[in-house]
Amino acid sequence: MRARQRAGPLGPYAGLLCALLLWLAAYRNLASLSEALLGLLPVTRGTHFASALQFFFYDTPKVLLLLTGVVFVMGMVNSYFTPERTRSLLAGRREGLANVAAASLGIVTPFCSCSAVPLFIGFVQAGVPLGVTFSFLIAAPMVNEVALALLLGLFGWRIALLYLALGLTVAIAAGWIIGRLRMERYLEDWVRDMPRSAAAADESAVPLPERIHAGVAAVRDIVGRVWPYVVAGIAIGAGIHGYVPEEFMAGLMGRDAWWSVPLAVLIGVPMYTNAAGIIPIVEALLAKGAALGTALAFMMSVIALSLPEVVILRKVLKPRLIATFITVVASGILLVGYVFNAVL
Amino acid sequence: MKDVKVLGTGCSKCRSTIQLIEEVARERGAEIRLEKVQEIQEIARHGVMSTPGVVIDGQVVHSGGVPSRAKVEGWF
Repeated sequence: MRARQRAGPLGPYAGLLCALLLWLAAYRNLASLSEALLGLLPVTRGTHFASALQFFFYDTPKVLLLLTGVVFVMGMVNSYFTPERTRSLLAGRREGLANVAAASLGIVTPFCSCSAVPLFIGFVQAGVPLGVTFSFLIAAPMVNEVALALLLGLFGWRIALLYLALGLTVAIAAGWIIGRLRMERYLEDWVRDMPRSAAAADESAVPLPERIHAGVAAVRDIVGRVWPYVVAGIAIGAGIHGYVPEEFMAGLMGRDAWWSVPLAVLIGVPMYTNAAGIIPIVEALLAKGAALGTALAFMMSVIALSLPEVVILRKVLKPRLIATFITVVASGILLVGYVFNAVL
Repeated sequence: MKDVKVLGTGCSKCRSTIQLIEEVARERGAEIRLEKVQEIQEIARHGVMSTPGVVIDGQVVHSGGVPSRAKVEGWF
């Protein structure tokens, strides 16, 4: 997976092709790789320990490969959608379709949670409607490339797609409702009184090699930051696979326990961790009998809402708007949890 | 003497940006006065939407992430 970073001297295209071939070769040989690794160690096949190890040796390279691939592609895609360009696409739009556009742009626009407030101000100042701004702010952290890559690696494309669709739905609906409630007066006074500014975007074209470079930079930054969480999470998951009895969670988080969804959301909302830290735990919960809707609701509430985020947003929103924001988003997640448990 | 401001709410990327600017300025022997701006209202006033941002003598020269070393070298 480090191949991309050494690709410099070959020129960007040759380097990209080499990296792609290496990636494919590695991905197609994951099973034999994990077998070979296990064979090198003095463990007896068929024991709990051996099955935990095999799970670890197979899942870790698989998830890291997928993460590298997805983050690279998203890094390139991100270079087409600067926050400034997204803002000018959304400024002055009417609510409704604009909520859909804002939530979708939230996925592809580069976003760091530490920029949430300046971004919020920039959007509102340029005349992006409040509800549309919220659709963006809800989708951007919740539906991100790390979450999608991990879901893809651990649960397959169906659940990854489902998460994508539900995350977008919650962001669109919650933003639309907040817009309907006409809560502009619950912005902090200084935000409301800021002079309007035009949404100018720098439209200069970026050459392709520079976009490839942006993809490499994203891999270095994001994969470099989250890989310890991924490895630790899979190790915990592997341990649970090997040792904790099946159906251990079924009573607590199973489909029959109606209170499990609200409880999962209640626990998840104040928690703060990134997608990389939470998904392996979700996997372990699922493997031991937790219902899918409950587990997804837990995951969404951990990623989308958090105490530190509320503290930051308090600088620009009055308490009433913050309370509305949390209530609307949490209710949406709750609904997703129940619908999932009922349908699947 | 250049007046350099780094805008950001104190995340790790802001700290790396400050470090990088100090390092490059020292290497090039450029005299700068470096200031860290963490106040949201001040950041908003410069019109920066994604932090860290860099302002030199009142002009926004960079926003949205740690600048590349080559870019910083171009400033001094």
